[in-house]
Amino acid sequence: MTEKTFMAGFGGQGIISMGQTWVYAAMKEGLEVTFFPFYGAEKRGGIARASVIVSNDEIASPLVTQAHSVVVMSADSLVIGEEVAAPDALLLLNSDLVKAGHERADLRVIRIPCNSIATKIGDLRIANMVMMGALAEATGALELAHLEAVLKSYFPKSKHGLIPMNIAAVEAGREAVRKA
Amino acid sequence: MPEKTEKLLMKGNEAMAEGALRAGCAAYFCYPITPQSEIPAYMAKHMLERHLVFLQAESETAAISMVYGAAATGARVMTSSSSPGMSLKQEGISYLCGADLPCVLVNVARSGPGLGGISPAQGDYFQSTRGGGHGDYYHIVLAPKDVQECADFTFEAFDLADKWRMPVMVLADGLIGQMMEGVVLPEPKDLSTLLPKPWAVGQQGRTARAFNHVSSMSLVPAELEAAINARFARYDLVRKTETRVTLSNCEKAELVMIGYGSSSRVAWGAIQLAKAQGIEIGLLRPRGLWPFPYDEITELAEQGKKFLCVEMSMGQMIEDVLLAVGARSARSKESSVHFVGRCGGNIPSEEEVFAKAKEILAGRSEPWRLDGRLRSDGSARGAGR
Amino acid sequence: MEATYKHPKSLVSLQTKYCPGCGHGVIHRLITEVIDELGLQGNSIILNPVGCSIWADLYFATDSVQAPHGRTPAAATGVKRMLRDHLVVCYQGDGDLAAIGTAEAVHAANRGEKFTTIFVNNAIYGMTGGQMAPTTLIGQKAATAPEGRDPLEAGMGYPIKVLEMLATLEGTRYLARGSVDSPVNVRKTKQYIKKAFEAQMRGLGFTMVEILSPCPTNWGMKPVEAVEWLKDSMMPVFPLGEIKNQLEAVK
Repeated sequence: MTEKTFMAGFGGQGIISMGQTWVYAAMKEGLEVTFFPFYGAEKRGGIARASVIVSNDEIASPLVTQAHSVVVMSADSLVIGEEVAAPDALLLLNSDLVKAGHERADLRVIRIPCNSIATKIGDLRIANMVMMGALAEATGALELAHLEAVLKSYFPKSKHGLIPMNIAAVEAGREAVRKA
Repeated sequence: MPEKTEKLLMKGNEAMAEGALRAGCAAYFCYPITPQSEIPAYMAKHMLERHLVFLQAESETAAISMVYGAAATGARVMTSSSSPGMSLKQEGISYLCGADLPCVLVNVARSGPGLGGISPAQGDYFQSTRGGGHGDYYHIVLAPKDVQECADFTFEAFDLADKWRMPVMVLADGLIGQMMEGVVLPEPKDLSTLLPKPWAVGQQGRTARAFNHVSSMSLVPAELEAAINARFARYDLVRKTETRVTLSNCEKAELVMIGYGSSSRVAWGAIQLAKAQGIEIGLLRPRGLWPFPYDEITELAEQGKKFLCVEMSMGQMIEDVLLAVGARSARSKESSVHFVGRCGGNIPSEEEVFAKAKEILAGRSEPWRLDGRLRSDGSARGAGR
Repeated sequence: MEATYKHPKSLVSLQTKYCPGCGHGVIHRLITEVIDELGLQGNSIILNPVGCSIWADLYFATDSVQAPHGRTPAAATGVKRMLRDHLVVCYQGDGDLAAIGTAEAVHAANRGEKFTTIFVNNAIYGMTGGQMAPTTLIGQKAATAPEGRDPLEAGMGYPIKVLEMLATLEGTRYLARGSVDSPVNVRKTKQYIKKAFEAQMRGLGFTMVEILSPCPTNWGMKPVEAVEWLKDSMMPVFPLGEIKNQLEAVK
């Protein structure tokens, strides 16, 4: 199993922490991982992208150019997302911000209203965790079984109070895929 | 400090910093530059709390001269930077080599020339492997391909520097520095096992030894020549014992890709794509760039293998490959050397490297020419677009 | 009878390569006398710069480190940070300190690096052959200012008063300017050096002694004329004395 994922959005949407949490969880599940972020030179509001690979084999290039799954969190990122997607890849769209239709007919598209779900749970900033839950459910690449432990080591102690909300967001993302 | 056997998720930059600390790095001097900023931040956090010497200098030229001063006292010392900053450090590196001082240099390379960009590149190969400053000298260059090697190679670099009395460079790039992978950190070095440094300054009064003068100056040509000859005799030993290379899947392959660092990962990905189509391609990965594995390449050339150099530059390492194939191999006519690369901060994709490999195997690729910037069909060299 | 002359232990008995009338020899002697008096010979490191005094390691019976041009304070920083209990002397000329190495000098001073800079100011580049230095006086002729230093028309700038400039920095504790033109000034200069070294060994902060020193060869003068010119022309621009002394304040 090798799951190559491309994540894209704008700075502040938690693209980087989504990717890091994803590979951290994968490492805890015994997989090989690479995470390579890319962002603009701007410190705020620029593009944010990540090449993320989890595999039970040695990983070659950390750069994802033929993604099995693509996560698009903002409207601007749809074009690059479709470019990077491999044939018949999975395309996960944050439907609250990505209103336009996609171009490629071969892609398996799932629309998740990440922002609305996150706001309903209590904080717009966990929209990325909603998406991560959706990614886990739709790809089956990770079980995310040790999520609480993963989040505990990932977050500084001062933010451990936010972990239940993050787990709820991941669960809601899974649920959204099951219903989709 | 985290437990030794635990697998941690770290950035390449952090792994290099932690590798250095575990090797007993006692002093670190730096100047901020992207994309290596995690190294100074990590060192500041972990060195200051342990009362080790951390100093953010006023410039790269100052930082490398601080390294020079600290190295003269026999301390394990390091600096890190990225390409434009490494250019500034060349002054001090020349002095370090001229005074036979050990130290560790980390270059998390980005694209140039000039200010260039902040994205990963391998355009500093010539500068790193040919003695980037003035005068006749070399120093060891190690090229990690992943976060694990970032930790391991930086750790080992301190031992090599002490053993050979020369700077050792860890040449990474922005991809390796910025990416996160799992890493098992090396066990901290037992500092009681470090080599003695009788040439270092300090504590003279306690030892009654003769006075030590750390200097690269010698105004008598015959004396300077003798000193350089002695240094080059040491370089020959380094070439004999410290050449590092990994060969994978070469036996059955007609074509062997050659790449280091990030490029070797891309090449390995392309080789997997080939395997999926029933095509066997080999990989020769130099883990060190100086000394360079000429003999291993010559041997493959004598078997008539073709080579595809994969680089994130306009073609630099390929000149060493040509030296190995062209000048050294009697049977090199059957062999040929080809190139695929991207520059300007772009990383070649596994797909475009595989496409180039297929061209070569189909006899549709023209070998690399040192004497021309254009191929005979008039297109720019490499796969740049 | 008490001996009135002794060759300093820390000064190698060797005829120097310096020109007749040059100040480096006297300054080397003052430094080594103070090292002997403080009992620091086996515990001292001299950093010799690029310039005529690159030969200093021949004459100091101590460990030494030769640094790239202008980077002497950076290299001294590296040495002193590792050997905190050693006397570290950063020996620099005016080109090394106030031109190519201005950044290194200013920032070492500002960090309050605990070494002592001995700044030999002879208002000219000596070793490379009499080019204009950052401390060359207005109107003073040099190989690269044949009509004399002209700050306005030719845009050659003004002589830099290093100590006065560094005095504004909070990291500096002791800045004094001496001269080797006369026995009385030589004795005063030695006292400045001693105060600076003692302050360094007590870890008080950055210390520098600037020393006005003749360069008859590149000034195109006889040694005696050079001493007169130093007094008449240099001293008004670079006044002698303790420019900044905060040694009491930081005890």
